[in-house]
Amino acid sequence: MDLHLKIWRQNGPDSPGRFEDYDAVGIKDDMSFLEMLDAVNEGLIEAGREPIVFDSDCREGICGTCGVMINGQAHGPQKGTATCQLHMRKFHDGEHITIEPFRAKSFPILRDLMVDRSPLDAIIEAGGFISANTGSAPDANIIPVPKTAADAAMDAAACIGCGACVAACPNSAGQLFTSAKIAHLNLLPQGQAERWSRTENMVETMEEFFGSCTNYGECQEACPKEISIDFIAYMNRDYIKAKTKNRKLIGQRK
Amino acid sequence: MTATQPARPLSPDISVKPLRTLPSRRKPFFVELWQTAVGKKWIMAITGVMLMGFVFAHAVGNLKMYLGPADFDHYSEFLREILVPILPRTIFLWLLRIGLIAAFVFHIWAAASLTAMNRKANAPYVSRRDYVAANFAARTMRWTGIIILLFLIWHLADLTWGLKPIAPSDWTRGEAFNNVTESLERVGVAIFYVIANIALGIHLFHGSWSLFQSLGLNNPRFNKARRYFATGFAVLVAAMNISFPIMIQAGVVAG
Repeated sequence: MDLHLKIWRQNGPDSPGRFEDYDAVGIKDDMSFLEMLDAVNEGLIEAGREPIVFDSDCREGICGTCGVMINGQAHGPQKGTATCQLHMRKFHDGEHITIEPFRAKSFPILRDLMVDRSPLDAIIEAGGFISANTGSAPDANIIPVPKTAADAAMDAAACIGCGACVAACPNSAGQLFTSAKIAHLNLLPQGQAERWSRTENMVETMEEFFGSCTNYGECQEACPKEISIDFIAYMNRDYIKAKTKNRKLIGQRK
Repeated sequence: MTATQPARPLSPDISVKPLRTLPSRRKPFFVELWQTAVGKKWIMAITGVMLMGFVFAHAVGNLKMYLGPADFDHYSEFLREILVPILPRTIFLWLLRIGLIAAFVFHIWAAASLTAMNRKANAPYVSRRDYVAANFAARTMRWTGIIILLFLIWHLADLTWGLKPIAPSDWTRGEAFNNVTESLERVGVAIFYVIANIALGIHLFHGSWSLFQSLGLNNPRFNKARRYFATGFAVLVAAMNISFPIMIQAGVVAG
């Protein structure tokens, strides 16, 4: 099939960008969206033109590296699917497709469709690691975890950190990402000792980079792992709890 | 460093500068809440619940219009005599009013500052966005809020303060029934009341659902009921309020 693409091109973080039109000819149904872009890039390279820059890594929906806005939707029209696993059979011959990078003030465009999502790492760094050396690694299953708790934590841990939630949010809020990362640890026994300080640190780091939640619900629709906004409510509650706890008593002073 | 300390400065891989920096020093509880968006949304939800209680009680109270002038004026007089003789006359009413004013101030202040924060964080798309979940009510909260605020100022000038020319020409303090019927017999005013209360209904449709998320009240046992509650509450309040100008225009309620 043949497609008409409108793709955002930008030379660097500070240069102005513009849309450019490309024709993708002879695209097969079983190509992924990224393979379609690869095919377009091959044509561009052969013609001696600059290929389109986009991020990708595993191409099996688990690394969170890829992600673009496709026709105004983060990761395109298919629910619960990252850009790499979106297949061209979801489009029809002769369709016009607009491709724009994920946008937020804290996601500066590096080039074309590639954005810097390192503020997400800042949120992880604010609460997601332990550097205390306390002996060798514990045996597996030494801490019993109820199956239901493990399942709920796994639902949150499914987050691949692609940033689609921020990109889809009209406020550029990072709530879905942060709440998934907080719930992932706060639901497990291993995460209890630092639960309140972690929640506070991660939420406050998030707010240094991103907007606020107005409960639109766009993020959970865009999420390739279908993480629920229920986790945002969980985070809101844990944040207020963190603020009201006697943190000195429980050894979690900031 | 342990995870109990904030991880600053950030590692060199993080090249993006924060849009704002939160002070690291401990502050009093409410000040700390106010400094963060999650805390501000919590305060917005709490003040929202207070304002919802007010609009509901206000609409139910005004239903006495249908019982006739004597009942309506008796009710408006009663509001001044709540908790008499525990408190002197009108004191309790003023306590309610002060609470309401505070709720309005914090609700609007939080909305304004969160909007400013979101504008700062947002980089608009050049191509058209295709929204999946964000409904009309959610996306127009700021506009319906402004309409409600303008209506509130008009409504106070019209029926509480009796400021002419907004108030009807023979507005008299204490004659609540006469004042409201005189005011809403003006066609333009009746239309304005209907439009403002549709805006209120739309605002409540999102707000009275959204507050559960902001307060973290999320449970599969009642998650469905939150949507039913919000829809029911918005429709009920809007219907009661819109009935007054319509019934007065229709001549069902007449002074």
